[in-house]
Amino acid sequence: MTDTGLPASLEALRRLREDPHRLGHRAHGPAAPVPGAGHGETGPARKRVIVGYGFWIFLLSDIVMFACFFAAFAVLRGATAGGPTIAQIVDLKRVGWETACLLLSSYTCGLSFAATNARNKLWTQVFLLLTGLLGLAFVALELQEFLDLAARGITPQRSAMLTGFFGLVGLHGVHVTIGGLWLATMMAQVQFKGFRQEMMHRLLCFNLFWHALDIVWIGIFTIVYLLAAAP
Amino acid sequence: MSTLEDQPLRRAGDMDDREDHAPGDAPEESAGHWVTNTHLGLGFSVVLTVAAFVLARGGLVWAPAIPVALIVLAIAQMGVHLVFFLHVTTGPDNTNNVLALAFGVMVVFLIVVGSLWIMGHLNHNMMPMDELMRMQR
Repeated sequence: MTDTGLPASLEALRRLREDPHRLGHRAHGPAAPVPGAGHGETGPARKRVIVGYGFWIFLLSDIVMFACFFAAFAVLRGATAGGPTIAQIVDLKRVGWETACLLLSSYTCGLSFAATNARNKLWTQVFLLLTGLLGLAFVALELQEFLDLAARGITPQRSAMLTGFFGLVGLHGVHVTIGGLWLATMMAQVQFKGFRQEMMHRLLCFNLFWHALDIVWIGIFTIVYLLAAAP
Repeated sequence: MSTLEDQPLRRAGDMDDREDHAPGDAPEESAGHWVTNTHLGLGFSVVLTVAAFVLARGGLVWAPAIPVALIVLAIAQMGVHLVFFLHVTTGPDNTNNVLALAFGVMVVFLIVVGSLWIMGHLNHNMMPMDELMRMQR
């Protein structure tokens, strides 16, 4: 399948024009290289690979941004300015529920992608909906946590440690919220556009995004919450 | 001209096991393969998460070892997610993904460890605050 649907000879000419030096060409396995295999001898990779790889690069840069917030929190962990310490504001039970929600949503997201690959609209939608509901529960729990803390006078401006805490955890919460909006858009598009090629690309990217958020949350619940709760 | 462009009618399937793959993609497209991977990912993640929460309560291992144990569990779980949810493998079709990931991990490591290291030294070498105040008077 090609993305353009051009006649085969035109397609070959287009590849030659777009990648005249045929960079990074290398074939896998015993058989001859496949057209559009990226590093075969046949020109640039197909769009699905390029889209997925480009989004992977974006996710890695996003994770680098998270690393800056992690570093800020870790450096400022003791800078409480006489205010509450991190150990005093951690509610492990709520963090456990948040973790369960996000992990299960990652699981249902993976199942939805399995259904997508089987071109099954009903199960794709069911699992996407479950993913969205679990993500919503996560955001609700986090919002409740922030409101509880604020009610106790624990706000970002209280101390440097709290600035780092709310910055890091809040940034992740914003990512999950935006991911939820994206998910709702995807559900509508799957419903009305079906599994067109560009929809497959978008669902692949969404899947990557959601799993990457869960990976960041592993770092947060370990470094922010569990290390604080440890004796 | 490669031989393949002489016979450009030979088409790849939607995903062929001889070409590169984006992360999150896998050569085998049957739904069963994806479902198995997802189940395995959830299973390993639950074990590692529960272990982390139980360890953090203390009492199971020597207390000063808990932070290191927690960080090891977190890194293990990130690996589980990468392999079973994101389908990043060590296969030749994943070389580009793994190289990008390695670079990302290096930058993250430099940022986090470098910040902690430098700021720790600055804190250590800084004149105590009351002395600083006295000098400014």
